[in-house]
Amino acid sequence: MRYETPTTTKEAATLLHKEKGQAHILAGGTDLLVRMKMGMTEPTLVVDIKHIPAMQAITKSAAGFKIGATVCGAAMTEHAALGKAWPGIVEAANLIGSDQIQGRCTMVGNLCNGSPAADSVPAMIAAGAKAIIVGKDKRRTVAVDKIVTGPGKTSLAKGEVIEAITLPARLPRSGDAYLRFTPRTEMDIAVVSAAVNLTLQRGVVKTARVVLGAVAPTAVIVAKAAKAIIGTKLDDEALEKLAAACSAACNPIDDKRGTIEYRTKVAGVLAKRAAKIAYQRAGGTL
Amino acid sequence: MGHDTNYQDREFKIIGTRVKRPDGIDKVTGRAKYGADAFAPGQLVGKVLRSPHAHAIIQKIDISKAEKLAGVKAIITSADLPDLTGSNRGMTDILENCMARGRALYHGHAVAAVAAIDEQTAKQALKLIKVTYKLLPHVTDVDEAMLPDAPIIQDFVLQDGKPSNIAGISTFGHGDVDAGFAEADVIVEKSYKTEQTHQGYIEPHACLANVSSDGSGELWVTTQGHFSFRVVCSTLLGLDMAKLKVTSSEIGGGFGGKTHVWTEPLALALSRKANRPVKLVMTRDEVFKASGPTSSTSMDIKIGAKKDGTITAATAMLRYQDGAFPGIWGMLGAMTAYACYDLKNVKTVGHDVLVNRPKVAAYRAPSAPMAAFGVESTMDLVANEIGMSPLDFRIKNAAKEGTQASYGPVYGPIGIGPTLEAVKKHPHMRAKLKKNQGRGMACGFWFNFGGQTCVDLNIGPDGTVSLTIGTIDVGGSRASLSLIVAEELGIPYDQVRTNIGDTASLGHNDTTEGSRGTFSSGMAAIFAARDAVGVLRERAAKMWDIPVDDVVWADGVATATGAKHSNLPPLTLAAIAAKAASTGGPIAGHNEVVADNAGVSFASHICDVEVDPETGSTKIIRYTVIQDAGKAIHPDYVEGQFQGGAAQGIGWALNEEYIYGADGCLQNTGFLDYRIPVCSDLPFIDTQILEIPNPNHPYGVRGVGETSIVPPLAAIGNAVSHAAGVRMTHIPMSAPRILKAIDDAKA
Repeated sequence: MRYETPTTTKEAATLLHKEKGQAHILAGGTDLLVRMKMGMTEPTLVVDIKHIPAMQAITKSAAGFKIGATVCGAAMTEHAALGKAWPGIVEAANLIGSDQIQGRCTMVGNLCNGSPAADSVPAMIAAGAKAIIVGKDKRRTVAVDKIVTGPGKTSLAKGEVIEAITLPARLPRSGDAYLRFTPRTEMDIAVVSAAVNLTLQRGVVKTARVVLGAVAPTAVIVAKAAKAIIGTKLDDEALEKLAAACSAACNPIDDKRGTIEYRTKVAGVLAKRAAKIAYQRAGGTL
Repeated sequence: MGHDTNYQDREFKIIGTRVKRPDGIDKVTGRAKYGADAFAPGQLVGKVLRSPHAHAIIQKIDISKAEKLAGVKAIITSADLPDLTGSNRGMTDILENCMARGRALYHGHAVAAVAAIDEQTAKQALKLIKVTYKLLPHVTDVDEAMLPDAPIIQDFVLQDGKPSNIAGISTFGHGDVDAGFAEADVIVEKSYKTEQTHQGYIEPHACLANVSSDGSGELWVTTQGHFSFRVVCSTLLGLDMAKLKVTSSEIGGGFGGKTHVWTEPLALALSRKANRPVKLVMTRDEVFKASGPTSSTSMDIKIGAKKDGTITAATAMLRYQDGAFPGIWGMLGAMTAYACYDLKNVKTVGHDVLVNRPKVAAYRAPSAPMAAFGVESTMDLVANEIGMSPLDFRIKNAAKEGTQASYGPVYGPIGIGPTLEAVKKHPHMRAKLKKNQGRGMACGFWFNFGGQTCVDLNIGPDGTVSLTIGTIDVGGSRASLSLIVAEELGIPYDQVRTNIGDTASLGHNDTTEGSRGTFSSGMAAIFAARDAVGVLRERAAKMWDIPVDDVVWADGVATATGAKHSNLPPLTLAAIAAKAASTGGPIAGHNEVVADNAGVSFASHICDVEVDPETGSTKIIRYTVIQDAGKAIHPDYVEGQFQGGAAQGIGWALNEEYIYGADGCLQNTGFLDYRIPVCSDLPFIDTQILEIPNPNHPYGVRGVGETSIVPPLAAIGNAVSHAAGVRMTHIPMSAPRILKAIDDAKA
């Protein structure tokens, strides 16, 4: 196994592109090292991207936030401006693993791992986050919801690396929230989850995005659920419609972590609760 | 040994104080040496190849390619472990469990093992071993294994002369239950299920085996009983027992799971074949698949009572799975089920059932928590039917001194009544419950055990005292035993150090199980200290040149008595030790004892929970443990045992379970999907120690380690049932199970 530490994203992309065997990117390693230890993967090349300056910071501009691919969960939690603008995203990223894991794990790693249960992914999609992708020859920017194509699979071409995630500029009277169900209070993986991002106008929901996790092969954007609350003040009827739309959008599996029946029902419950939190964060009163 | 083991009421000077444990600093700084922390020159890495199937005939094991891999030093299969056990079926079962003999009996059953120069080579060698399996039908569910057409796990197990998976049927009780039920105003009958759980110790099994070409050997191992490991390993490998020295490492949790050998005989066999030391550390995946979890169960409980709360009859039909080898787990369930109550008519039947799962081992009060779940849940239902508080119903029927236990013996002084009275007075019972919250309580019992024990006490030239024990320290017993020696000798705690000896330094000590560590080694330590006091008096008499009868030992000094000598200044232990060379040599005390009559221990637990009616998620709001300790030598570690048992019980009640697929394979072989509670899942667990002296121990000590895991399943079950408004009968009460029960009740 070769271990490389490039200092530019392009260099990383070139290394990955050239490798004939099994190549993996190492950021925090909280997924990769576990997989290697369990014998699930035996890489011939590991490219450590932590030495690439372009990936290391959270920056704020008029266009919004840019979060580098090697920024760990704890660094996001400590970034006051990010937490104020996108509390749902920060709390989603903060739910990954434990305190120790938070010092290593990254949102881009969470995304590229391709797990349907990834915590930060529904929150990023609800926010309209984009991924800056660097290849050997060119760069492109793609909406986060286009990255994961199935469990463990992404739309990234061989040699492509995500350099950063961008979040749009935050409009006033906006709020987001992410909730998940896990049997334990921490160090667990979502059995079902929901993210809601919305904007209010005079207490009425003007725009909304509702995204579910762990209920289908990839995170699910539920347009009908968003529609159910747009134009409302989140009255009970709207919330019930939102929950029903979420449950209807579920296509989960029965597995050791939960049943189809459970995931389908609780997806609606969590979406309702997340919507209420997002609504209050946007300045609405329930 | 002629020592008086009876309880003597006395004023203690140092017993009951909360001193620092001698192993504490090393454990929190990482200096302590656990099973995987030993190294020997030239050591190899051992790895085990395990069956990917639940049940299969092993037709062929081809090791030819693996043998040729550079760096591979030894490969063993069952052919390298000839059966030397004679007609000892239990020992043959251990041998077969360590390495499959022609048939893989569960997913993860060892099939071959390799020793190589490093881990990578060993792993690669495992991949090169080709095993040809012929799959057999399997069964992992206890009820299905009892059906007439179930696949048979062990051919030697017969019922009515026919092959069966029922390895044992044990019946206990007295009176006439039919007549008793006829007298009852109310009868409640209910069936329950509990899933299989693992002890979940953080340290995996690990050892360093080193067999010399002269037939002697050494084994460094994490274990609850190095003397028992010596017996088993020397028998299985045909080694001379005296030539196998077993040293116990620090232990990172055992809870019964480290009372058995799993890979240690394989490490020894690999070392013997390679003529090199072999270190073998199980992965977590292997620990889950192939160590000894506790039984899953299925139970039918029936209790009848009069309107005034008197129980007229009670029965329990219990089905416990033992894994692939016969055990006594159903029997223990049947013994403990009604041990808390004074019953005129009672009958319990325990079935021990074989399935294609790993061999069941002890888990903290083994078998009692499941039976208590069935019985204590049903007690709650009966109390509700007759309109009595569950607490008063239990108080009315509690066993007391003179009660004939449902499993046979007549109780001496016991603590079930006092723990229930303490529940009544506890502020927890008056705490206000909010919306979606519920309160439950339950009682629990454990026998406790004494057994063979041997200690050495040596006084150093500087007057410091070294106690060598043969029961490993799994919960702070070194601190407790040092306290006992300090108390007996009348010296400060810091002047005593307790160490655990290897198998070459002491006589046989039974395994640290049955909550016996502090009870039995404590008893031996008292007698060894008294033995040493006798020697100290003799030496003082010699130094003074006066008759030994004129010397008394008190408060850590020898004092001369009588008109003739009482003006002599007292001699300290250090002063006597300093002169040992001229008064007869090193000063020591010894004791060997079979510590019989370990006092039974009872507990009552109270639990408040909140259930989210929309997700089925349960949060433990308050938890209180009240238990009889006999005498708490070191209250911190008694409370720690109370809290630890409750914490494990909470995990078991809510989330922990072995999940098998339709293919008979275990699906959750890691701590991510086998969910023991993390800190934030638990409230502070309140404790109250009661001290009802055990009449058969000089200080009144009872074992305290196990009873605390008996009530939680039922206490939480009762609390959840009250909070959710539906009776939960299946453990663990995971969120999906609770939500389904709530929705089913609404429909």
